[in-house]
Amino acid sequence: MQSKNSVSIIIKQQQVMVKQYETVFIMTPVLSDEQMKETVKKYHDLLKDNGAEIIYTNNWGLKKLAYPIQKKTTGFYYLIEFKAEGSLIAQLETAYKRDERLLRFLTVSLDKHAIAYNEKKRNAKKEKEPAQNEAK
Amino acid sequence: MANETEIKYLTPIAVDTQRKKYCRFKKLGIKYIDYKDADFLLKFVNEQGKILPRRITGTSNKYQKKVAQAIKRARHLALMPYVADCLK
Repeated sequence: MQSKNSVSIIIKQQQVMVKQYETVFIMTPVLSDEQMKETVKKYHDLLKDNGAEIIYTNNWGLKKLAYPIQKKTTGFYYLIEFKAEGSLIAQLETAYKRDERLLRFLTVSLDKHAIAYNEKKRNAKKEKEPAQNEAK
Repeated sequence: MANETEIKYLTPIAVDTQRKKYCRFKKLGIKYIDYKDADFLLKFVNEQGKILPRRITGTSNKYQKKVAQAIKRARHLALMPYVADCLK
């Protein structure tokens, strides 16, 4: 019985289209450190609770904007790469739109070249970091 | 003296020799253009921040579309300006 169940689960998973996405959002610079972490955690939880698999996150920190947005010249950038169903994106973006702490957001689906590129970039970074630590 | 006005060169000087343009993405085998890499995308805009045409950069049609898409994404995230005075 159990093996039969597991087979049916696998078939179900194949029917659901899981794609890889990448999302970047910009938070207002007026947030305190704690508020920022809270905002980031909110989106992490939202993704995880809806069955998304988070692959990579990157905090770019405070960056200068190329042009002012809502009269702010700087912002906290944060990137999340994840695997999820397409229907989750709409949910995520409505959450973004309702959030006053965000200045901008962008979600893109990644094709196979993009996935390869991101992985290569990540590996290069990993190799670099231990080397820097050794140098120190 | 007629010789004074006449200048002779040992090797013919290269005046306006047109170098063949090529698509750098095809040549280097770049498959994906990252919108997060604003420094790289800066090569494909003029000093006003406008996207350069294909006839100047030599990019193939396939990759020009991707460059344009990446620049537009970078602009949305304020990594690149929509309008600028002197980028370079």
